[in-house]
Amino acid sequence: MLKVDGIDVFYGNIHALKGVSIEVLEGEIVTLIGANGAGKSTLLKTLSGLLKPKNGTILYENMSIAGKQAQTIVKSGISHVPEGRRVFANMTVEENLELGAFVRKDKEIQKDIQKVYDLFPRLYERRKQLSGTLSGGEQQMLAMGRAIMARPKLLLLDEPSMGLAPIMVKTIFSIIEEINKTNGTTILLVEQNAHMALSVAKRGYVIETGRVVLTGSAQDLQSSDEIKSAYLGG
Amino acid sequence: MEWVQQIVNGISLGSIYALIALGYTMVYGIIKLINFAHGEVFMIGAFVGFYSIAGWGFGFFPALLLAMTVCAIMGMVIERVAYRRLRNATRIAALITAIGISLFIQYLVIYFRGAQPEAYPNVLSNKTFDFFGAQISSQSVMILSTSIVLMLLLQFIVHKTKVGKAMRAVSHDMDAARLMGINVNTTISATFAIGSSLAGAAGVFFGVYYTKIEPLMGVIPGLKAFVAAVLGGIGIIPGAMVGGLVLGLVETVVSAFGYSLWRDAAAFIILILILLFKPSGIFGKNAREKV
Ligand SMILES: Nc1ncnc2c1ncn2[C@@H]1O[C@H](COP(=O)(O)OP(=O)(O)OP(=O)(O)O)[C@@H](O)[C@H]1O
Ligand SMILES: [Mg+2]
Repeated sequence: MLKVDGIDVFYGNIHALKGVSIEVLEGEIVTLIGANGAGKSTLLKTLSGLLKPKNGTILYENMSIAGKQAQTIVKSGISHVPEGRRVFANMTVEENLELGAFVRKDKEIQKDIQKVYDLFPRLYERRKQLSGTLSGGEQQMLAMGRAIMARPKLLLLDEPSMGLAPIMVKTIFSIIEEINKTNGTTILLVEQNAHMALSVAKRGYVIETGRVVLTGSAQDLQSSDEIKSAYLGG
Repeated sequence: MEWVQQIVNGISLGSIYALIALGYTMVYGIIKLINFAHGEVFMIGAFVGFYSIAGWGFGFFPALLLAMTVCAIMGMVIERVAYRRLRNATRIAALITAIGISLFIQYLVIYFRGAQPEAYPNVLSNKTFDFFGAQISSQSVMILSTSIVLMLLLQFIVHKTKVGKAMRAVSHDMDAARLMGINVNTTISATFAIGSSLAGAAGVFFGVYYTKIEPLMGVIPGLKAFVAAVLGGIGIIPGAMVGGLVLGLVETVVSAFGYSLWRDAAAFIILILILLFKPSGIFGKNAREKV
């Protein structure tokens, strides 16, 4: 479904991604783990069109999307839940969800909002509330709900567990699995919480200072010594 | 009942300031730029109104509509030509450009038609009628009610339409808006178009109300509308409306007390006071910088 081949991404003269290649197959949950500053968010931003790669190719459903505008990429079925949620704090929960469907023109938007509420009952209770007043966990739910309002085939999630209490992390991860199972949405999951990420993912990539240094099935990664010492706390 | 009359005058003047202030505040809200060329858009609106009434015999509303349309296009062109390429530049570069554009438009108009003032034709019948003992001109009522309609229309656009929601999203978080599939460039263009059309309407109202227009007429009302926008809280749409009205009322009251020479100073004294005591303005929350 998604094939990234040898991309280089720069911020000015900072070389943030160095020849990164990854592949995501339809229906999979693939995780991308790595330390702070490794380049995980940079990769997701490049996939969703916020950044342009200097070299390399990105094929999504056999179509080149490298350097395309974000709006084109959203329309083609990739939604990105950015790091730190980035909900529109000055708008209500429901308005945020409507914005998630910005590129759609069909008549089923209201129906999909209901589906998001079924998935996240907490959001239904707070639908008229300004999203800036939500808790971190609720904002994460909203950011995810907003992204699935675009009916993505591929969902990019950037550190959904960041700053959340363990119980909320569990909830969020079980919803990630549910989105993957019931909607058949393919998921590329960036996480620092390698333990949780590898427990839901099928495969994983480890990225360090802009390079993919390790890849394998989630099981293999979980039992690899390198991963254990660097990301699973021994 | 002198007072009622003064208040009506103040509100009429204030609604003109408010219409101009809206453009400042909307543009600031979305790209954090004080568009100092905005006063010139107001001036162009006044002249388009003038030529279409005096030259081509337009009525008030067709002239208003034409002025608004021309100004909308002008706003989009200014953004496209001057500001878009500076979007990632320093704020001071954009600000200097804005001042440059402002001077450029003033002197372009002077180059083509000279600096002489023009007497605005009487396009609205000016009857006065009695309102609780005060003499109210039908012109003020017309200007006031049209302004209110325009402001309601703006509220509707901003809150209920797709482009309005896109404007709010972009002004809150440009990258997040991109991720929703919002075209940021188009949205910014639309913001300039809407804000400029309101300034164009204000230009026509100003001409009708004060009957004299000239190429440098945008400078002082432009600055005062900027004060009004800061007073209400820059970037906040209802703030610009309230700020404009307050400023108009204050100026009228100052004149009514016989200090008409202090009228212009009043606006800037207000600016200094807000900057000292509540820089975020009446509606502003205290400095919450975006990360
Ligand atoms: N806007 C920017 N300008 C300059 N450098 C940047 C910018 N954003 C990121 N970088 C740099 O690019 C590198 C990769 O950053 P990135 O945000 O992709 O890391 P990350 O893996 O997501 O880290 P984290 O886990 O902390 O979110 C870092 O060295 C960072 O300093
Ligand atoms: Mg990151």
